[in-house]
Amino acid sequence: MLKAKIAELMHEPGCATNQAKSEGERKKGCGKSLTPGAAAGGCAFDGAKIALQPITDVVHLVHGPIACEGNSWDGRNSWSSGSDLYRKGFTTDLTNLDIIAGGEKKLYKAIKQAIARHNPPAVFVYQTCVGSLIGDDVDAVCRAATQRLGTPVIPINSPGFVGSKNLGNRLGGEALFEHVIGTVEPDDAGPCDINILGEYNVAGELDQFRPLLARLGIRLRASITGDARYREVAACHTARANMVLCSQALVTLARKMKEKWGIPYFEGSFYGISDTSDALRNIARMLVERGADPTLTDRTEALIAEEEAKAWARLEPYKARLAGRKVLLYTGGVKSWSVIQALQEVGMEVVGSSVRKATEADKSKALERLGGDEDKLADAITPRDMYAMFKDGKADMMLSGGRSQFVALKARTPWIDINQERHHGYAAYDGMVALVREIDLSINSPIWAQVRAPAPWENS
Amino acid sequence: MALIVDHNKALSTSPLKVSAPLGAALAFMGMKGCLPMFHGSQGCTAFALVMMVRHFREAIPLQTTAMNEISTILGGMDQVEEGLLNIAKRAKPEIIGLISTALTETRGEDMAGDVKVIRARNKELADIAVVDVSAPDFSGSLETGWGKAVTAIIKSLAKPSGNHAKLDRVNLLPGAHLTPGDVEALKDIIADFGLEAMVLPDLSDSLDGHVPDAYTPTTLGGTAVAQVREMGRARLTIAIGEHMRIAAKTAETITGVPSVVLDRVTGLDAVDRLMVCLSTVAGVPVPARQRRARSQLVDAMLDGHFYFGGRSIAIAAEPALLWSMGKLATDMGATVAAAVTTQPVPMLAELKAERIIVGDFEDLEDQILEAGGADLIIANSNGRQVAAHHGIPLFRAGFPVFDRLGAAHLTSAGYRGTRDLITQLGNILMERPGHAHQQSEHAHGHQSAAAG
Repeated sequence: MLKAKIAELMHEPGCATNQAKSEGERKKGCGKSLTPGAAAGGCAFDGAKIALQPITDVVHLVHGPIACEGNSWDGRNSWSSGSDLYRKGFTTDLTNLDIIAGGEKKLYKAIKQAIARHNPPAVFVYQTCVGSLIGDDVDAVCRAATQRLGTPVIPINSPGFVGSKNLGNRLGGEALFEHVIGTVEPDDAGPCDINILGEYNVAGELDQFRPLLARLGIRLRASITGDARYREVAACHTARANMVLCSQALVTLARKMKEKWGIPYFEGSFYGISDTSDALRNIARMLVERGADPTLTDRTEALIAEEEAKAWARLEPYKARLAGRKVLLYTGGVKSWSVIQALQEVGMEVVGSSVRKATEADKSKALERLGGDEDKLADAITPRDMYAMFKDGKADMMLSGGRSQFVALKARTPWIDINQERHHGYAAYDGMVALVREIDLSINSPIWAQVRAPAPWENS
Repeated sequence: MALIVDHNKALSTSPLKVSAPLGAALAFMGMKGCLPMFHGSQGCTAFALVMMVRHFREAIPLQTTAMNEISTILGGMDQVEEGLLNIAKRAKPEIIGLISTALTETRGEDMAGDVKVIRARNKELADIAVVDVSAPDFSGSLETGWGKAVTAIIKSLAKPSGNHAKLDRVNLLPGAHLTPGDVEALKDIIADFGLEAMVLPDLSDSLDGHVPDAYTPTTLGGTAVAQVREMGRARLTIAIGEHMRIAAKTAETITGVPSVVLDRVTGLDAVDRLMVCLSTVAGVPVPARQRRARSQLVDAMLDGHFYFGGRSIAIAAEPALLWSMGKLATDMGATVAAAVTTQPVPMLAELKAERIIVGDFEDLEDQILEAGGADLIIANSNGRQVAAHHGIPLFRAGFPVFDRLGAAHLTSAGYRGTRDLITQLGNILMERPGHAHQQSEHAHGHQSAAAG
């Protein structure tokens, strides 16, 4: 079952990378085997949990030994405007005895206790390596629990060893498609309803574009999965259009929703001023094509003009402070090309950008924005090389996720977090201003002069 | 006397426990030129790495054998071999810690046997110490893994002293509950007695937060392999924390150096025992600096006891930290209203508390509710939800502490460390009237302080 699903996910026709491959290459699938002793990144379980945990009102129950949940719960910075149940860590904490005796009964009991205590609209059960190795049938336990306990219990088959974090994202999307979406019929479906896929409400980013949509009369039926409620996701099949933010993670889900419910989708981004405007235009166009009031197009253009002008005015003072500064961009999920353009818009120079997790289309967009300079596109940069870039003055600052921050900081180089643990939302017009403000605060911080100067006794 | 209750729940909610392999990896962080590697799937490493990065705010070298579906079915020896060779080539470490995980232990991998074969057929590993540690995630916790790793390092590297003369040296085996700041304080104390400390592992040299001059792909400092090999030349091995007992015994058996296990190094009587121990082995009286520090601690206890007396404290921590913090709280006159830990360590029964639950943060919350509230919670950062929910201040201690600066520098070891801890806890208690004072009618003359 799982095997077939993974093979299917590896052959995603909606995936541009896959389409660009030859028949032979495509057969091999896209499961890059990872190099022992030289690999970094999460596992499939990690990916599934990242994709689904932002559903705030369900119990996310991890079936495995303590490492999988004990070492990671409440570590992500997805915000909620309601329930905080998703911030509790739930696990069966499998011990020696469970591994010998099997963990199915314990899992069932755990589900029962979670429902009794928290009364959630659903329980999501994550299968991990060990549960899978000892043969616990999570699907069967979830089925039985759903029947007997009267609450949907959703299996997410995501043992870590089946692949990367990205595969896990997609397995999470599969679980939603198979068990959740379409199970609740809303009575208020409207012509301006959309879903957004691959948005996790990191640092409250939804609130940077949800109000823009609201001003146009567009309703976010469901964000999948940032700040989502279970019932919203379950009823999201009535939306008129889907926007896919993180296409690598959830394009398969978008494609399947199109096939099953006829919901068209487009891939876009809310990072950067022009990309935000493009996204709004695309949403409006799709809704109008599907029968929304045609004046939506003009209203959207008016809103874009107003918001862009405001954002540019707010960015103006930063231009002089940032012009010509050289940035190294080392991102995971955030769309590199959007950020590249955003930084260029305030006069910074992007000296390098990783495209480790980018699709071919993303890569070519990034390349175009970097003036076609292939040298600036890096797959992965080793920490040693990164350190050298800072020491040699080839880059003045780095934008990356938290793990590589110390390569910059130990080289006494400014750094800001643009990954999922960050504390500032960088989406849409307001977010762009926030990002530039953070960059300015960091690169122009008064500390650099002092921390870079040698101790007085070293001057000779 | 406390009753130790293992809840044995099917559902653990908001776990306190972190896994044993993480503890083992943390111990290897205190070895110089080290690069530990988990034998498991990528996530095992990713989670542990992120957690350590967030706690220490330092780069954490940690690798993975990246087990996949095929190697999980066929066996992971090739993954181990490729991993070791890759690390040897890329990072040139002095030592690699190879740590098993639940995945490979459930599979039944013979990691130790595999390492022997791999080393025999790969000359490029000849100069690198490879220490394998069996630490499955499904048994024990952070402390367990830490203790197992230290024991494995000693087993694989320590030697009898042979004909070499003894040095003015003690071996110090700090428990997982001691911060780099604590270890640094202990090294200073030992130096005051004219002794040198061989600390295993020494986080105060690697994760104390410093800026090196060049990039290094391995740990930034710590105990060198050569130092561990010389353990036999010390006069005494001092282990701190019950979970270091096996490591101390192992060192004693291999090197012949006598060993002593101190249950803690926080609190007046506990530090006194450390002083007597050092004074005896060094053959010198307790130095003036330490006598003065003792006097300062006594004064802090006199000044501070007003604010601890009758207050109720909730603690969620690994056994050694619970013991250390719980003893200090009760020594100062507070009561332990709620206590949660990760393992049923028998010694904890001697803590003055009604019950100690082997459980999670949900158990802590239930116990606090049962007790009618608490004045202070001592726990790691994951205690913040319970604390916020009930409006109780949280003093962050243990691992992980990711929402405060300076987790590595919190010092509670020695007279001075204890004094500082009393100051910090006392200040929190002084600031709040607390539920105990509101409930009991006795006015203690602190209303003015409490009102502020």
